[in-house]
Amino acid sequence: MTTLAANFPDNSGYVVAAYLVFFALLVIYLAITAFRLVRLERRLTDLTQQLDANEQLAADPAPSAEPVREEASA
Amino acid sequence: MYSSKLRSLSLATAAVLTGAFVLAAFYAPIEADQGFSQKIFYVHVPMAIVALGGFVFGGIEAVRYLRTRDPRHDMRSYVAIHMSVILGVGVLVTGSIWARASWNVWFEWREPTLVSFLIIFLLYCTYQPLRFSIVDPERQARYASVFAITAGAFVPLNFMAVRLADPFIHPRILNNTTGGALPVEMKIPFYIALVGMTLLFVTLWKLEMTHKLARGRVRSLQRRVDAAAGDRDALGPAPRSAAPQVIA
Repeated sequence: MTTLAANFPDNSGYVVAAYLVFFALLVIYLAITAFRLVRLERRLTDLTQQLDANEQLAADPAPSAEPVREEASA
Repeated sequence: MYSSKLRSLSLATAAVLTGAFVLAAFYAPIEADQGFSQKIFYVHVPMAIVALGGFVFGGIEAVRYLRTRDPRHDMRSYVAIHMSVILGVGVLVTGSIWARASWNVWFEWREPTLVSFLIIFLLYCTYQPLRFSIVDPERQARYASVFAITAGAFVPLNFMAVRLADPFIHPRILNNTTGGALPVEMKIPFYIALVGMTLLFVTLWKLEMTHKLARGRVRSLQRRVDAAAGDRDALGPAPRSAAPQVIA
């Protein structure tokens, strides 16, 4: 380990830090994009479920209306 | 549309940038004056050039928006400026690290190159709040375009002014006038890094455009579904946002 450290040129810490800043920026940006993509996908899934429920309601409105009447008469 | 070739672009970006950094580390010689810390040059300078190019591209797209009133040009301008501001953060941080390593200071206020870049960066930091302060989308796009054109024109003018000014400590490496021309062994990794950084900008720009357009479509769909379900507020104005609302 000491030999490895001794083989590094002067100021190598600054160079590593500069390149790490670049990669960190890239990783943070990509992580934020991935998070936003997951949120968008979740929203799209909700929307699809909402659409399915609406379509089902439009295609078959009678069964849902019937029990309400029974409850009201009871 | 923007998502096409995104995969191949990403792979090309990764390959070119990796190649450039490997060449910078193992092929490019160690500079006699600054030593090993000069290796920061291969990430810092391409990032600065691409960031400034992105600002100019944002201005060009803003001109196209004002000529056509097509909101897609406003979106392109917005995303280009957004990406360039992110790269600008990288330029300032890597520049500070390099300044500390070479000159023992984090920032040199007497150096026109550093101060001019900081001015441009701070100028573009006001772009997002400017957009957010305007509610009407059409007015927002118009005002933002005027800003992007004015600031975009300022970038090359500023660059020329800095070139004409006397350097304090920051070297002028890409011309021969001050005796700072690069040797071929440094030029090759530098230009490859510049190509890689440009590819990175294009890839991230396309990714952001794809995301913004997909979000616009989902929002529009949500409002149509809500309207169909009987929600009267659904067809009202879109929520306030700094980003352009484009459905394409």
